Amino acid sequence: MITAVEYHRSPLRFASARAASGRISARLGATFSSAVTGSLAPLRLVTLPEPRRPGPDWARVRPRLSGICGKDLALLAARSSPYLSPLVSMPFVPGHEVVGELLDDVDGLAAGTRVVIDPVLCCVARDVEMCAHCAAGHESRCDHVTAGTVSAGLQTGFCGDTGGGWSGMLVAHRRQIHAVPETLPDRRAVLVEPMACAVHTVRRAEIADGASVVIVGAGTVGLLVLLALREFAAPGQVYVVAKHAHQADRARTLGATDVVEPRRAARVLRRATGGSLQTPEHGSDFLLGGVDVAIECTGGSGLDSALRLVRAGGRVVLAGMPSSRVDLTPLWYRELTLVGAYASDSGGADRHADFVDAISLADAAALDGYVDAVYALGQWREAIGHAQEAGRLGSVKVAFDPTRD
Amino acid sequence: MSRPGFVLEVDERTPPVLIHRGEGFGVERFPLGTHVVYPPDSLPAVRDIDAAIALALQHPHGTDPLRELLTPSTRLTVVIDDICTPAPSMRAPDIRQRVVEAVLEIAAEQQVDDVELVAANGLQRRMTAAELRHLVGERVYGSFTPDRLHNHDAEDRANLVGIGATDAGHDVEINRRVAESDLVVHVSVVTSAIAGNCRSLAARIASYATVRDENAYATAHPGSDDAPAADRLGVVLERQVPIFVVEATLDHGDSARQLAFLGKREWEWSLRDQAAYVGVKRLNDLGPGRVRHRIWQHAQASYGVTAVCAGRPAEVRARTLETLHRQQLTEVDGQSDVVVFGLPSASASSVNSIMNPILAMSLGLGVYFNSFRGRPLLRPGGALILYHPMQQQFHPVHHPSYIDFFEEVLAETTDPATIASKYQDQFAGDEWYRHLYRNSYAFHGAHPFLMWYLGARALAHAGDIICVGADRPTASRLGFRTASTLADALEMASGKVGRSPSIAYLHGAPNTIADVR
Ligand SMILES: [Zn+2]
Ligand SMILES: [Zn+2]
Repeated sequence: MITAVEYHRSPLRFASARAASGRISARLGATFSSAVTGSLAPLRLVTLPEPRRPGPDWARVRPRLSGICGKDLALLAARSSPYLSPLVSMPFVPGHEVVGELLDDVDGLAAGTRVVIDPVLCCVARDVEMCAHCAAGHESRCDHVTAGTVSAGLQTGFCGDTGGGWSGMLVAHRRQIHAVPETLPDRRAVLVEPMACAVHTVRRAEIADGASVVIVGAGTVGLLVLLALREFAAPGQVYVVAKHAHQADRARTLGATDVVEPRRAARVLRRATGGSLQTPEHGSDFLLGGVDVAIECTGGSGLDSALRLVRAGGRVVLAGMPSSRVDLTPLWYRELTLVGAYASDSGGADRHADFVDAISLADAAALDGYVDAVYALGQWREAIGHAQEAGRLGSVKVAFDPTRD
Repeated sequence: MSRPGFVLEVDERTPPVLIHRGEGFGVERFPLGTHVVYPPDSLPAVRDIDAAIALALQHPHGTDPLRELLTPSTRLTVVIDDICTPAPSMRAPDIRQRVVEAVLEIAAEQQVDDVELVAANGLQRRMTAAELRHLVGERVYGSFTPDRLHNHDAEDRANLVGIGATDAGHDVEINRRVAESDLVVHVSVVTSAIAGNCRSLAARIASYATVRDENAYATAHPGSDDAPAADRLGVVLERQVPIFVVEATLDHGDSARQLAFLGKREWEWSLRDQAAYVGVKRLNDLGPGRVRHRIWQHAQASYGVTAVCAGRPAEVRARTLETLHRQQLTEVDGQSDVVVFGLPSASASSVNSIMNPILAMSLGLGVYFNSFRGRPLLRPGGALILYHPMQQQFHPVHHPSYIDFFEEVLAETTDPATIASKYQDQFAGDEWYRHLYRNSYAFHGAHPFLMWYLGARALAHAGDIICVGADRPTASRLGFRTASTLADALEMASGKVGRSPSIAYLHGAPNTIADVR
C-alpha cells in the first residue's frame, strides 16, 4: 500500500470550488487558499494499493520529489477550463513533475536508477496505433490520450491508472523515463519537466535572431522560459514582467535586459521599442509599437498584457495554461499570431527531444534555491497554500517529498 | 512708498509662521533665532492700466513709438508669453489681452494688413483654445483663429528657420513667421526677477535643437560673469528682426481672495485673515485630494499691474528688473547653515495641471534656491529643507515624458551630467513624445531634463536636502531624505550643520529674493 494525495472531484465539489474561488477578485487571497486547502478541497490524503504495471515496458517509480505546478493549482481551484475534463480519469493522483527512483529494471535502465519522468502519455505509452502527431514527433499533440492500455489522461498526474508524483509510487512507460546525471541533484532534477516545457515554448515561439521579447510572469514558468530563451534562441532585448522583487532579481541573474513591474510594463516597453502608448476608456494601456514576441507565463491575466504589449503582426505564445477570460480585440486588430505551447515533445529526427535538452540545461544552469520549500504528503494543505502564495512568499517552486513522513 | 523687506529674528513672542506645503499650508514654529526673510510690500498697482499701456507704447525706451514703426506694408507679428506666467493664472482680463488689444488697435489705425499672433510656449505644452482665449480675450481670439493665431512648435521643421549663429557657434533656429517679420511686438508678463525658464523670448520661439545647444532654459546664475543664453540668443534674434517689447510687471498677487492672508505677515493678520486661515485650512485638511487640487491648481489670482514698460529689449529688461527688485529684494546678512523653503502647488510648468515631483524639485532647487543676489542664502555644504508632500502624481496628458523620466531615468541616477549625456537626446528624439508635444497638450520630451538641470547648482551646493512631510519613496527617488517634522529634519541635518545651526526661512518666495551680503 502507498500513501497518496488524491484528487477526487465530484460535480458538486467542482461547482463549490469554482464559486469559492470566484470570490478572490473581491476578497483576499485567504479565501482562495481556503477554497483549495479547506474542507471544500477536492484533495484528500489516502492509502491506496500500489499502481499496476500495464505492460512489460512499464516500470514502477518511487518519487523522491514532486513539484506543485500552476496547472495543478488551477485545477484545484477549479479555475481550469472544463474543456480538459474528458481527458482525465477520476480519481487520480496529481504530480507530473517528478524525480524518483526506478524500482524495476526496464529496457537498459536498472532498478535503483535516479530518473525523471516525461509525463506525456502518448500513443507509444498507450500501446495504440501511432497517431499522425506522435509519428511526426509531436507527442504532446497526441490524439489518443483517452485510448489504449491506461485510462484517459493527458499526462501522468491526470491519469487514474498510472498514479502520480504526489504519492509513494507511480508507474511510467519506458518512453517516459530519463536517467538523471549524477551531477544533477534532486532539487534541480525536479525542475526538468517544467524546463522541458520551457524549451518547448521557446521552440514554438520561433523567435527570429535579434527579435525583442517580453516574458509576462516570472514564476517558475517565466524564469525557465527566460533561461531556455537564452540557450535555444538568439533574441535581442528580453524584458520580463515580474510582480515580486525576488523574481526580478532572479530574472536579472538569468540575463533579462530589463525587469519591470506589471503596472509599468507598457511604458517601459514603449520607451524601449518606440511607438505610442494608448489609453482605452476601460482596461489597460496598450502599445502601437511594442515587442516582436510576447510569452505569457502567468496562466492568468498575463495574456491580456501580452496581447497589449506585442507589435502588430507579432506573436503571442501561451506557455501557461490559460485560466481567465481575455479581450481578443488586439489579436484581431493587430493581426497577431497566437501560439500555444503545451508540455514537450521529441521533435522528430531533426533535433534533440525537449526533455533531453532540458536535462542538460538543468544540469548546467544556476537553479539552486529554486526549490526551497519541500513538504511531506501529510502537509498537503500547507504545501498547496504555500504554492498559491509562492511569489509573495519569495519561493519559486514548492514540492512534495513523498519519502518523508 | 511701500515697506521694504526685512528679516525677522524669531523670539519667544513670534507667532507661528505660515509655510506652504504643496496643495496645503500650515504654520511652523521655528527655533529661536531663525531668520525669516520677508519680501517688501508689493508696489502699488497702476490704477488706469489702459492709460499706462498707451503711454508705454507712445513713449518707448530706445526706439520710436510703436505707431511710427508701423506702415500698411509692415509684416507684424505679436508674440505673447504663454500661461507659464503668472502662476497661478491671472484672473481675466489678463494683462496680455489689454496690451494685445492696444497694439492691434494701433496696427489697425496704421492700416497694417499682415498681422499674426504667436504664443511663445517654447518647449511647454500647446495651450488649449480656452487658455488662448483667456490670454488674448474673446475678441482677438475670435478674429485671429484659426489662421493667424498659433502656438509655437519647436519641432515643426517646415516652420523653423536658421537666422545665424551665436558667439558659441551654435546655429539659431526660430519660428519662421517671427524670423520673416518686419517687426515683432513681444507682449510679456514678468512676476519675478528670477524667472528662470520663462524669461527669454528667443528660447520660447526657438527650435528644440537651439534650446538644447544653448542650454537656453538654464537660469542665469546671479553674480556670474557669463552672458546668459538668453542674451546670446537675444543678440542673434535682434540682428534678424526688430523687437519691440511691452513688458508688464505684476505685484505679489493674492491666490484668490480668500487666500489673501497668504501674502501677509502673520502678526498683521486681521480678524478676517485669521478666520479665512482657519476656514481654508480646515477645508484643506478635510477636503479629499481632488477638491484640494481644484482649490490650488486651478485657482486664478488677482494681480495688480505695477508697471508697463515698452521699447528695446535690453532697456526694458533693465527697468523691469529694477521694478521687481523694489518689491522682491530683501537684504540679508550673510549665509545660513540651514535654509527652509515652503513649496506651493503652483509653478510655471504646472498651471492648470499637476505639480509632479520633478516640478517640485525644480521649483525648490531651481527657482527658490536661485532667488538670491550676490551669493546663495545657503552656505556651501549647508542643509536645504523643503516642505512639500511630493506625491507621486503626474498629469498623464501634460507630462508624459515626466513619468518615464521619474520611473526610468531617476531610478538610475539623479546626477544632471549623467542624465544629460545618457538620456536627453533619447527622450528628445522619442517620436511619441514629439507627437504628443506637437498634436496633443504635452510638454516636450526633453522638458523634464531642463527642469532637472535648473536644480543642478543647488544639488552641487547643498550638503543635504531634506523634505518635510514628503512621500518617502518619491523623495528618495529624487535623491532627498525625508523627515516628518522640522525638528526631525534638523536632527538629521545635525551631522552636516551641527546642533545649533543658523537657520533662514525664505518667506513668500519666489517673490522674495535674498540680497545676501
Ligand atoms: Zn507543470
Ligand atoms: Zn499519439
